[in-house]
Amino acid sequence: MNFLPRTIFAVLFGLLAGAARAEVTLLNTSYDVARDVYKDYNPMFQKYWKQKTGEAVEVKQSHGGSSKQVRAVADGLEADVVTMNQANDIEFLADKGLVARDWTKKFPNNASPYTSAMVFIVRKGNPKGIKDWGDLAAPGTQVILPHPKNTGNGRNTYLSAWAWALRQPGGNDAKAQEFLGKLLKNAPLFAAGGRDATTTFMQRRMGDVLVTFESEAEMIAKEFGKGEFEVVYPSLTMQTEFPVAIVDKVVDKKGTRKQAQAYLDYLWSQEGQENAAQNYLRPRDAELLKKYAQFFPPVKTFTVDEVFGGANKAFATHFKDGGTFDQIYVQK
Amino acid sequence: MAARTHRVLPGFGLALGYTLVYLSLLILLPLGGLILKASELGFAQIIDIALGERSLAAFRVTFGASFLAAAVNAFFGLIVAWILVRYPFPGKRFVDALVDLPFALPTAVAGITLATLYAGNGWLGRWIEPLGFKVAYTPLGIVVALTFITLPFVVRTLQPVIEDIETEVEEAAASLGASRWQTFARVIFPAIFPALLTGFALAFARAVGEYGSVIFIAGNLPLISEIVPLLIISKLEQYDVLGATALAVVMLALSFILLLAVNVLQWWTANRHKNDEPLEVAAAKASGGGE
Repeated sequence: MNFLPRTIFAVLFGLLAGAARAEVTLLNTSYDVARDVYKDYNPMFQKYWKQKTGEAVEVKQSHGGSSKQVRAVADGLEADVVTMNQANDIEFLADKGLVARDWTKKFPNNASPYTSAMVFIVRKGNPKGIKDWGDLAAPGTQVILPHPKNTGNGRNTYLSAWAWALRQPGGNDAKAQEFLGKLLKNAPLFAAGGRDATTTFMQRRMGDVLVTFESEAEMIAKEFGKGEFEVVYPSLTMQTEFPVAIVDKVVDKKGTRKQAQAYLDYLWSQEGQENAAQNYLRPRDAELLKKYAQFFPPVKTFTVDEVFGGANKAFATHFKDGGTFDQIYVQK
Repeated sequence: MAARTHRVLPGFGLALGYTLVYLSLLILLPLGGLILKASELGFAQIIDIALGERSLAAFRVTFGASFLAAAVNAFFGLIVAWILVRYPFPGKRFVDALVDLPFALPTAVAGITLATLYAGNGWLGRWIEPLGFKVAYTPLGIVVALTFITLPFVVRTLQPVIEDIETEVEEAAASLGASRWQTFARVIFPAIFPALLTGFALAFARAVGEYGSVIFIAGNLPLISEIVPLLIISKLEQYDVLGATALAVVMLALSFILLLAVNVLQWWTANRHKNDEPLEVAAAKASGGGE
């Protein structure tokens, strides 16, 4: 007969416990090497939000290969925001109806708070005299890059080389494909991922040139010492974007839209931009870009939208089964 | 009503029910889901995906390397198991524990370690590469990684069986005049052959599905050193889940057929042996020198 009091007690207790945990939790699902960026960014945002609204926000991070992360979100991982390194990953979520169709318009700069560029890492003294993409296709040069079909890093390399070949005198798609064929012949292997390619080049001393993100060069300097290699900026390279988006379905369900919006907006704040710069990612803020000019020498870049008509189209043309990458290897 | 058979051990119904539920949850459900998903594609489409030039090459690499790795382990694993059971030596327990390490090590760690070891400037690579053996980033590297990963399967399956063969049997064969080779070929080998096959099959099955260690040493060049699991990942990268399941189902079917063949072979040899003669008789026959 003491069922009723017990129930009331349980309900009250539950409410109390709920009130004690009233702080909001955001889940940021992110790509693999973003760890450092968001490890520093999250406490900054928490402090800012607490000061502004008095509300405590907990931010959880999930990291992994970006396509795997996006599939997890599509399969029900309750991420409030996604911060990725490829636009087509967020496009996939838009196709599934989890993210607004016009997500690139929801934030400034194509919804990408910072950028990077694809650069060459060569051995000290640049013994092979590598200056530009054309040198990567020269006979006897070994190029180290991650798998162009399976990794974002590899795809950026492939598209950068393609765009360069297009812009050469008399350049067209057929010539670009022929050029890529020569370049890929110089790859003794396709690394499993960006960091694997770095290890292969730096530690196992394979190859004459490694193609990777500008932001990785500083990581390599920290790990292997500055005197071990040189960074070469090609005449044209891809500006790689790191797009962010709110997962509408999740924030509407959890009631966290306000916080999620603020979390991503804050990436464009002075503090957010400075944090990116300190992690060797090019800030959008022109002043800061100047301030950190030693890390970010001027380089001529293109965006995927300009040359390839969008990330999805580039992916479909080049990396889907039967795309140009497959055509280079398989004649069928 | 038919009379109920009484069993000595109680709880048969419960245990059987539990077994069925457990196996269904763990194995049938995921595999069923896989096949159901693949059935969204027609049979012809699945075959089409599997017979693409790149897929065909990957199937050749995966099954070829797995077969080689399992074969290498069948031979050397047998020697290791034999030594570990039959001979006392200092540090034996330590060596015995070493055998299990490939089980415990995360496969990615194994792959990266092997790649570092066999790369042109690695501890091993710098000696064998000048001799013309390139291991890291070649199909040979895949075989090396798979051999490492699957070593415990053969050794651990053989050990208990070798323990069961009493040394008296060998002594009997010898005292009856069998040569050492005859003792091995006619007495010992038939007794351990079914277990050797099991070990081989387990190693092979494990190798076919291996991904983590291989991608770091394979080189992953299309048509040369791409394994099927890499192609599956590649399809998933394209959000082509159907294509990925198609490859997975074909792989599953091929593995199933091969394992079935091994099982049939094993059953056949075990049966033949059972109806044959006890070990002691075999020993006597072997010593007879020929039929």
